[in-house]
Amino acid sequence: MATKDILSPLPGTFYRKSSPDAAAYKSEGDVVKKGEVIGLIEVMKSFHEVHADADGTIVSFIAENEEPVMAGQPLATLTI
Amino acid sequence: MTRSVQSLFIANRGEIAVRIIRAAKELGLQTVQAHSLADAESLAVKLADKAVNIGPPAASKSYLNIEAVVAAAVASGADAVHPGYGFLAENARFAEAVEAAGLVFVGPTPQQIRMMGDKVSALEAAIAAGVPTVPGSRGRVETSEDAAKVVERIGFPVMIKASAGGGGRGIRVANSRDEFDRLMPQASAEALAAFGDGGLYIEKFVASARHVEVQVLGDGRDVVHFFERECSLQRRRQKVWEEAPAAMLPEDVRARLCQSAVDLAKAVSYRGAGTIEYLYDETTRDYYFLEMNTRIQVEHPVTEMITGFDLVREMIRIAMGEPLRMRQSDIIMRGHAIECRINAEDPAKGFMPAPGLIESLTVPGGAGVRFDTLLYQGYTVPPFYDSLLGKLIVWDESREAAITRMQRALGELEIGGLKTTKPLHRALAADPDVRAARFDTQFLELWLEHRASMLDTY
Repeated sequence: MATKDILSPLPGTFYRKSSPDAAAYKSEGDVVKKGEVIGLIEVMKSFHEVHADADGTIVSFIAENEEPVMAGQPLATLTI
Repeated sequence: MTRSVQSLFIANRGEIAVRIIRAAKELGLQTVQAHSLADAESLAVKLADKAVNIGPPAASKSYLNIEAVVAAAVASGADAVHPGYGFLAENARFAEAVEAAGLVFVGPTPQQIRMMGDKVSALEAAIAAGVPTVPGSRGRVETSEDAAKVVERIGFPVMIKASAGGGGRGIRVANSRDEFDRLMPQASAEALAAFGDGGLYIEKFVASARHVEVQVLGDGRDVVHFFERECSLQRRRQKVWEEAPAAMLPEDVRARLCQSAVDLAKAVSYRGAGTIEYLYDETTRDYYFLEMNTRIQVEHPVTEMITGFDLVREMIRIAMGEPLRMRQSDIIMRGHAIECRINAEDPAKGFMPAPGLIESLTVPGGAGVRFDTLLYQGYTVPPFYDSLLGKLIVWDESREAAITRMQRALGELEIGGLKTTKPLHRALAADPDVRAARFDTQFLELWLEHRASMLDTY
């Protein structure tokens, strides 16, 4: 099966959940639809959703929760 | 009591850290700049005599980490800590920790920070000092009879607010008794459904409010004011464009407003730089206390421009135990000053943040122009903190001349490599309503709804 990385649209801090106490948006093994939220990027105190850009299954998260990331950096890998 | 201070630790970042370093150097102090891993190449680090890494990029693990900041300050051998604005500047626990470590905190006492940081105790202090507050029920109204008594006292229009609400949710405005009687039950039912609490309170509604604020300095005994600023041009409650003085304020109102700020600060024996914020109703000429900020503010330079005093230098002197160096009669305002906040945001794309590399930089100059910034060519603006890149400040003899000078300075300012809010300021400076000082705190949001798309052309 082909794989595809979901890239960070912005530089900032990557979050896998909507708040510290919330459950993660997605876990490894979860099926996602194109456009579904898989995490947030905090950039300059504002939060932006990260969407899956294809239907698929999340194989792994490459970036950890609260990890600083650059624009274009892979956040998670999908099998499509 | 005079405290011997030789070395100042700056527990902040960005343009305000640069500003503090400059004031400290003029006082002959050594400077120690705290920085996160992401700020190792910052202008403040380059300008300071010494720099100390206090943790990872996330502010919660560096600039907001009280233990790490205090430990770094002690280890650096500094004798005083300046908190700047934001981060820990209004955190009473931080001020306590600094003092407990035997260092001087450049700011008010922890008790003063705590009192003014709590909405209820701040309002009580204002009322006790005779400062006008927004008329209203001062708490929940339990019955419709109580509600009726309140509106009879304060008059229409009134605002019905959910006790449990926030951020503008659960607010209704009634312009007459009929409307009030109709809206009260609706508001209660809605509050119950939305917040699980049907409690309501009532406040006078000011349809067109302007934000004015008075700058004060206190030494723990005496207090002086440095007149007022107007900061009505706001987006999402963030100030965008600030001025001093407030152009529309009649002279007699100005005198009473500034005196009320002094009264409040004196009543709490205020120490350091502080700002008392008010809501001003231009139609009735009434002003109402909103809150007191117990720190230096972003927009302090416009006050410095019209009075000629260096507020940051004075607040350090006060922290060192010196009495106020000026009497009220020494503080005279002259001309008009304007500050435009230049943020790393794209105003044409919903103010999307735009961190990144500064490929080129041209700083405006000439008479009456000041640019307080964290930028230098080749610097990479990190994505982890707020988007303020710099503050373009101009002074001129009149407001009209200051706007013209701001347009000239904005024309010179070039920040290559990322999107900034410069086009917004060029558009505002050309707007007939802005030029005529016809605006309130709602103005900019409405203005942006109609004009955001054309900001590309500025």
